[in-house]
Amino acid sequence: MTNLAIAATGLRKSYADKTVLDGIDLTVPEGTIFSLLGPNGAGKTTAVKILSTLITADAGDIRIGGHSPATDPQAVRAAIGVTGQFSAVDGLITGEENMLLMADLHHLSKQEGRRVAAELLERFDLTEAAKKPASTYSGGMKRRLDIAMTLVGDPRIIFLDEPTTGLDPRSRHNMWQIIRELVSDGVTVFLTTQYLEEADELADRIAVLNDGKIAAQGTAEELKRLIPGGHVRLRFTDPAAYQSAVSALHEVTFPHSRLRSSGGTPIDEALALQIPSDGSQRDLRRLLDRLDVVGIEADELTVHTPDLDDVFFALTGPANVPNQPKEAVR
Amino acid sequence: MSAPLAPARPTRISLAVRDSSTMLRRNLLHARRYPSLTLNLLLTPVMLLLLFVYIFGDVMSAGIGGGGADRSDYIAYIVPGLLLMTIGSTTIGTAVSVSNDMTEGIIARFRTMAIHRGSVLIGHVVGSVLQCVMSVVLVGAVGVAIGFRSTDATALEWLAAFGLLVLFAMALTWVAVGMGLISPNAEAASNNALPMILLPLLSSAFIPVDTMPGWFQPIAEYQPFTPAIETLRGLLLGSEIGHNGWLALAWCLALTVLGYFWSTSKFNADPK
Repeated sequence: MTNLAIAATGLRKSYADKTVLDGIDLTVPEGTIFSLLGPNGAGKTTAVKILSTLITADAGDIRIGGHSPATDPQAVRAAIGVTGQFSAVDGLITGEENMLLMADLHHLSKQEGRRVAAELLERFDLTEAAKKPASTYSGGMKRRLDIAMTLVGDPRIIFLDEPTTGLDPRSRHNMWQIIRELVSDGVTVFLTTQYLEEADELADRIAVLNDGKIAAQGTAEELKRLIPGGHVRLRFTDPAAYQSAVSALHEVTFPHSRLRSSGGTPIDEALALQIPSDGSQRDLRRLLDRLDVVGIEADELTVHTPDLDDVFFALTGPANVPNQPKEAVR
Repeated sequence: MSAPLAPARPTRISLAVRDSSTMLRRNLLHARRYPSLTLNLLLTPVMLLLLFVYIFGDVMSAGIGGGGADRSDYIAYIVPGLLLMTIGSTTIGTAVSVSNDMTEGIIARFRTMAIHRGSVLIGHVVGSVLQCVMSVVLVGAVGVAIGFRSTDATALEWLAAFGLLVLFAMALTWVAVGMGLISPNAEAASNNALPMILLPLLSSAFIPVDTMPGWFQPIAEYQPFTPAIETLRGLLLGSEIGHNGWLALAWCLALTVLGYFWSTSKFNADPK
């Protein structure tokens, strides 16, 4: 059995009368990427703050690298590296000075500190900007410097709180590459994100946090299996054709009500059909055969395979997506 | 079989010294890179010195020493007060930079690192005391340039004067750090730290306490600045110190202890 880098049970935190975390359990095996996924305000950052010793939990048992933040926070701190949601760089000094500051705080020798700083600046493509104040860096550069600083102490467990929020697509992909490299070195990564694609792309295991509770936990595949999100969408321009399609397929279809929320005109909306499907060739052929039998031709056909969006919308409740079709959550 | 030896862990003290000096270097780097805040704060005491000596000097000098004093007597009277006011003014900068620092993500990073917990604040305090000393030297140089002399003081008195300035700077700095910690932003910090520069105006810095209204005299006499000013005057100019020496020392120690516990409890509380 692999060792657990992070283990938390019954984690609770509330501020005044607001419960932010309502008893959550998390386990992250060593050397894996764990993603805590959730909408804004779900409690992701609070969870990271507690696990990284920044704030104390009201209740719950926590082990980070085998140490308890409550009884031996310094041992936890020695094992972890944290890159918070808001850049944790000192904007008044240069990138290089930021790196040397970290080296000093990790008690590296002058020589060792310089070597590590130069190496990491090089690795994160910051050598050219090293002598400029960090406040002049772009968002992507700041994030890279932030992570480079986190790596100075060679932490075994890294917390990344929304590391790609606000980054352009290229910087985001760079960040993903960086995170993958970290894990290939055996580091454990605890990642929070509000991007489903990101969790799908990176994480070995995902927990969906909603309203202070874990709504679901598992691999991306396991989560997708929870929700029948796959379907085929047919769109018609001719109302008559649409009507006959509805009666021909009535036992399996439902109107594509998502169009309503995305602003389709009433006609368009009435003329779209959504048929549950796993997207397989056989399934598609059966559907097309059926349409052929009654001589109906759709103007547009799209195949929608289940993704984490479906999981996310289904698990994080109808309050977030007012027009979510009920049928989708059978 | 014997248990494996634990890796050599640095002692608490050496960790504290090492991390605090790292934090001090960071703060001095800030001050060196952005000297405008320090220099702006230095302007107030220098302006006041020149204003009171050259513009108000003739009237002001009539109020000290029972009349008959001239401008050079007034320079001698006012410089010790302004040196202490310089410390007050410099610590406003401390409150502002602590408050600025706390809004930065880097502090959250420090809190999640295995470093000495107090080093962030100690770095600020030591850096601020050094800045106070530097500012006092600069304002003192202006004083000497316009005619302030302290030729009668012995080396021991000079040393004691220096010690008093450092102690006073440390006391005000710890309080200013606390003010910075409770301020949500730089503006609030600068407002909260206003007493640091208002109190000297209500002390014996510019006029003797016994020329003030009777009901106000006890306030002026026992607030932190007056005993320190009177002690400094005594050390540099040979005037009567009396009970002011002990009062000044008591204030310095009390404010240091109070400021220290206030600041560390604020800093150690869960951040919002």
